[in-house]
Amino acid sequence: MTFLNFFISGISLGSIYAIIALGYTMVYGIAKMLNFAHGDVIMVGAYVCFYATSRYGLNPFLGIVIAMIICTLLGIIVERLAYKPLRQAPSLAVLITAIGMSYFLQNTALLLWSSNPKVFPSIIGRGAFKLFDGELSISHITALTIGACLVIMAVLTLFISKTKMGKAMRACSEDKGAAQLMGINVNATISMTFAIGSGLAAVAGALLCSAYPTLMPTTGSLPGIKAFTAAVFGGIGSIPGAFLGGLMLGVIEIFAKAYISSQLSDAVVFGVLIVVLLVKPAGLLGKMTQEKV
Amino acid sequence: MKKVLVCSLLVLAMSASAFGAAFKIGGTGPLTGGAAIYGNAAKNGAEIAVAEINAMGGDIQFDLRYEDDTHDAEKAVNAYNALKDWGMQISLGSVTSKPAEATAAENFSDRIFALTPSASSAAVTEGKDNVFQMCFVDPNQGTASAQYIGEKGFAKKVAVIWKNDDVYSKGVRDTFVANAGKYGLEIVSETAFADGNDTDFSVQLTDAKEKGAELVFLPMYYQPASLILAQAQAMGYAPKWFGIDGMDGILTMEGFDKSLAEGVMLLTPFNADAKDDKTQKFVKTYQEKFGEIPNQFAADGYDCVYAYCQALAQAKATPDMSAEDLCGKMIEQFTTMTFNGLTGENVKWSKNGEVTKDPKGMVIKNGAYVGLD
Repeated sequence: MTFLNFFISGISLGSIYAIIALGYTMVYGIAKMLNFAHGDVIMVGAYVCFYATSRYGLNPFLGIVIAMIICTLLGIIVERLAYKPLRQAPSLAVLITAIGMSYFLQNTALLLWSSNPKVFPSIIGRGAFKLFDGELSISHITALTIGACLVIMAVLTLFISKTKMGKAMRACSEDKGAAQLMGINVNATISMTFAIGSGLAAVAGALLCSAYPTLMPTTGSLPGIKAFTAAVFGGIGSIPGAFLGGLMLGVIEIFAKAYISSQLSDAVVFGVLIVVLLVKPAGLLGKMTQEKV
Repeated sequence: MKKVLVCSLLVLAMSASAFGAAFKIGGTGPLTGGAAIYGNAAKNGAEIAVAEINAMGGDIQFDLRYEDDTHDAEKAVNAYNALKDWGMQISLGSVTSKPAEATAAENFSDRIFALTPSASSAAVTEGKDNVFQMCFVDPNQGTASAQYIGEKGFAKKVAVIWKNDDVYSKGVRDTFVANAGKYGLEIVSETAFADGNDTDFSVQLTDAKEKGAELVFLPMYYQPASLILAQAQAMGYAPKWFGIDGMDGILTMEGFDKSLAEGVMLLTPFNADAKDDKTQKFVKTYQEKFGEIPNQFAADGYDCVYAYCQALAQAKATPDMSAEDLCGKMIEQFTTMTFNGLTGENVKWSKNGEVTKDPKGMVIKNGAYVGLD
C-alpha cells in the first residue's frame, strides 16, 4: 500500500511537471526556441490568481480565467518585444534573451509583490478521495491536474491537427521559409503559439500552487527547469511526449527518494534522463529528423 | 542618468551632514532575490536602531549604509568593496551565511571589525579574531535543540527532515544528530530534500510515520516547513513538531492557515509577542514604518547597532578613528562586555566571536508564540 501511495504522490508531482512541460514543448515544437521564461509566466499567472481570489474574493475559476487573459497578453508582449526582433538571429541569441527575460520577470515580480512567500489558497479545497478504507488517498487537486492535463493535451492535439491555424503552425515548424512562400503569416503564427503557451502557463501556475501552496517570485523557475527536463525526456516537440515525460519524471523522483536515497533523488532522476537520451536521443516519443544537407 | 545623479547627490548630502560626527557602519545582505526577506528585515531593524540612537543626540551617532548582495558570495565581496570605498569604519558583515563567509575573510584581512546579525554558519567566525555573531552559531542550535527536547521529555523517537544543499540546515542537523544520543533521543528516520525537489514531502513524512517518530525536527526555513505541515495534515500524520530560528516568520506568511502550525515548538532568540517594553516598542515602530511584524532577523539587526553603540561608548571611541584602531577597541569590548538586547539578556561573546545567550523555547498556540518555560 505504501508503494501505491508513493506511486500516487509521483503521479501527482508528475502531473504538475506535465502541464508545465506542455507549454515548453509546444513553443519548442513550433517556434523552435526554448522559452526559458515559461516558468516565470507560470509564476505571474499564480500571482494574478492569488490576488484575484484572496484579495478581491473572486471565484477561483474566474481567477484562473483572469490569470489566463493576463498571461496571454504578457506572452504576446514578451514575444513582440524580446523574441520577434531576433527572428533572424542565431538561436543562441534567442536562448540568452529568453534567460534574460526569465530574470526580468522574476525581478519585476520581486518589486511588485515582494519576496515574502504567500500561501496560495487551493482552487478546489484540500480534500481527497479515500480508497480501501482510507489506506490510499488521491487528493482532489491531483485528480483535477491529471484531468486538466488530458483535456489540454486533447484540445491542443485537435487544434494543431484540425484547424487552419494548427496547419499553419505545423507548416512553420517544418520549414518557416517555405511556409512563408505558401502565404502563411509566420510572425502571426508564432505569436499565436506564444499566446496559447502563456495561457496554458496560467492554468499550470494555479494548479502548481494549489498542490504545493507557497508562492514566491522564484516559484516558477525550478519547476520550470524540471518540466523542461520532462519535455526533453518525453521528446521535445511532442505533446503526448510531454505528458508521458512529466508523469515519469515525477514517479521516478518519488521512487528514488523513497527507495534509494532522499539525498540523491535528483541525481537519480537526471541519471535516468541521461540513459534514456543515450538509448533514444530524441526522447521517448520524439521523432528523429535527419538533417538534410 | 539625471535621476541617478540627483539620488547620489542626495546621499552625499545626507552623509555629509553627518560627516565628522558619525561612525560609518556598513553591511551587505540580500535586498533582492529569493532570500530578500532576510536581508530587508535585518536592514530595517538596523535602520530603526540607527534612527533611535541618532535621535537621542548622544556622542555616538551612526551613518548606516546597506548594499545588496542578492545572497551571492561574489556580489557580496563587490558590495563590501563599495562600502570600503565609502569609508566604512565598522561592519555589520553579511546577513546570510554563504556571502558572510566571503565578506568575513575580507573583514579579517582589512582589519575592519564585523558583527553579523544573522549569518550563523560556523565558518563565518572561524579563525577570525574580529568577526562576531549576534545570532547562535548553527552547531549550537542543533545541540540546544537536542538538549531541550531530551530534557523536557517531549519524545524518545525523533525524525529529522533537513535540506542537504543548505549550510544552515546541514550545520544544525549535523550537531543535532551527533548529540541526540546523549540526551536519550533515538533518531528513527532521517530524510533530506534540496532546491528543486522541495515541493513534495510525502516520502519523508511517510518514512517518519512508519518508523513511529513521535517528534519531527525541522532544521530549515519556514517556507518548506509550511509545506511539510500542510502535507502532514493531509496524510493524517500529527507528530510533535520542533523547529529552529528559521521557523520564525511562518505565522506572518500571507494566507497561511495558522491552525496548521498549532503546537509547533521552536527555539528562537526573539519573540515579537513578548510583553516587555523594549520588544513592544520595537514591534510598534517596525510595524508603523514597514507594515509588517518584525522577525528574528530584524531584531538581530537592531541589536547589532545597539551592541555597537554600547561598545563604542565604553571604549570612548570617536568617529575620527581609523577602522583599524576601532577594530582593536571593538575586539577588546566585545570579548569582555555583557549586552542586553531584544534577542537575549546577558549576552556575551567568546574570543572566537560566537555568542552565548539562552535560546527561548516557544510554542505556537492559537496562532501566536507563547513561551514554553
